Amino acid sequence: MSVGIVSYGAYIPRYRIKLEEIAKVWGDDPASITGGLMVLEKSVPDIDEDTATIAVEAARYAVSRAGIDASRIGAIYTGSESHPYAVKPTSTIVAEAIDATPALTAADFEFACKAGTAGIQTCMGLVASNIIDLGMAIGSDVAQGAPGDALEYTAAAGGVAYVIGSRDLAAEIEATYSYTTDTPDFWRREGMPYPEHGGRFTGEPGYFKHVVSAARGLMDKLGTKPQDYNYAVFHQPNGKFPRRAAQMLGFSTEQIKPGIVVTLLGNTYSGSCMMGLAATLDIAKPGDRIFVTAFGSGAGSDAFSIRVTDGMEKIRGGAPSVESLLQNPVYVNYAIYAKHKGKIRL
Amino acid sequence: MAVPRFWRRLKNLYNLLGTHCKNCGSYYYPPRNICPACRRGGKVEPYKFKGAGEVLTYTIIHGGPKDNARPTPYVLAIIKLDEGPRLTSQIVANPEDVKIGMRVKSVFRKLGEESKHGIIYYGTKFIPA
Repeated sequence: MSVGIVSYGAYIPRYRIKLEEIAKVWGDDPASITGGLMVLEKSVPDIDEDTATIAVEAARYAVSRAGIDASRIGAIYTGSESHPYAVKPTSTIVAEAIDATPALTAADFEFACKAGTAGIQTCMGLVASNIIDLGMAIGSDVAQGAPGDALEYTAAAGGVAYVIGSRDLAAEIEATYSYTTDTPDFWRREGMPYPEHGGRFTGEPGYFKHVVSAARGLMDKLGTKPQDYNYAVFHQPNGKFPRRAAQMLGFSTEQIKPGIVVTLLGNTYSGSCMMGLAATLDIAKPGDRIFVTAFGSGAGSDAFSIRVTDGMEKIRGGAPSVESLLQNPVYVNYAIYAKHKGKIRL
Repeated sequence: MAVPRFWRRLKNLYNLLGTHCKNCGSYYYPPRNICPACRRGGKVEPYKFKGAGEVLTYTIIHGGPKDNARPTPYVLAIIKLDEGPRLTSQIVANPEDVKIGMRVKSVFRKLGEESKHGIIYYGTKFIPA
């Protein structure tokens, strides 16, 4: 049985802050920050937006894009590291808001930036085993970064929802492969408002080891090579890491170009790689193959080999593209950003 | 708002779920069990509003309750949905950008919260269309 993407929807809040504005506050050199990270600005949630509201907007676009009857959705999994409740699922809020209740299973996932792709894999399993008709996997975050920490320059807000099924596919997921080890490169302790990280340690033993191993593992499993794919998408905590991972694996700049959304969006954590895939699906043609590798600290990588089908043309215009969601931003200064992010405690 | 009160209205807040009388064609939000026009002859069914409408009138709240999800100043408007009913809702926009007659569409946002430890109220607000 073929399993794949029946529909997808993305949502990005309209507010942005330029990295130079953040650098100005903390006395950093703006050129060295934007040049080093290869990120110019990042999205900022509105004051009444959180992971749940973003997940709902993305889910609604995913449902409306393909005109899906939401009662067919038998599972909803929302991946995030900023769920609004420590105990009380985001996924039930989404399920109610898209009218998918009550005949479904739902749960929240957490695996740093790859909780959303873990949700895709879970839905693939449930669909392939005929337990459910359709499953929805969401990656949504209002990413946290402590004031003055390196993460603050990229921690952004956004979400993406994928509807996984076996009929009327817009893109077939040919195979998936994961690579997981216990690597303490990034964490947030219970009750703490901001995550901590291992600085440069997050690079080699964290991101690159897992991304490259998962990607190579999947290509070995399928007997494919980078040249067999039209596009490639990697988790993008900044602009540098996905470019270097692509280079290490043998993917070209052209292959990763449509999926690099971090430059004007920042790192949407659980939404990051899934947003890059959405941006790539927005422009992909039937027959195109897309190689996707997500990464979550802690640490693990999920790789996917995707082939776009004729069905993509039918759903392409049904919801806003990632490019259109990035247009017409409203820029805020650091004070407004701090208010929106709840960094000013009232 | 007490937890049971929010829970009872949850479906209507999330999805603008109201009612429609198949007998006279009237739409109601919030939902009504009986059509006030047709009375016993009414045929009332649930109806999910499309979420599009226009601003009939609005006010700018400068001195509202202390609420993290709704910091002042904010815009409170009476919105006429395309199907007919009018409802009061916040418009998420710069107060200067809101005009009578402007088109708006519904979005899913935080309406408020019980307290820092309490439940979060989610529901519908409107943005310029």
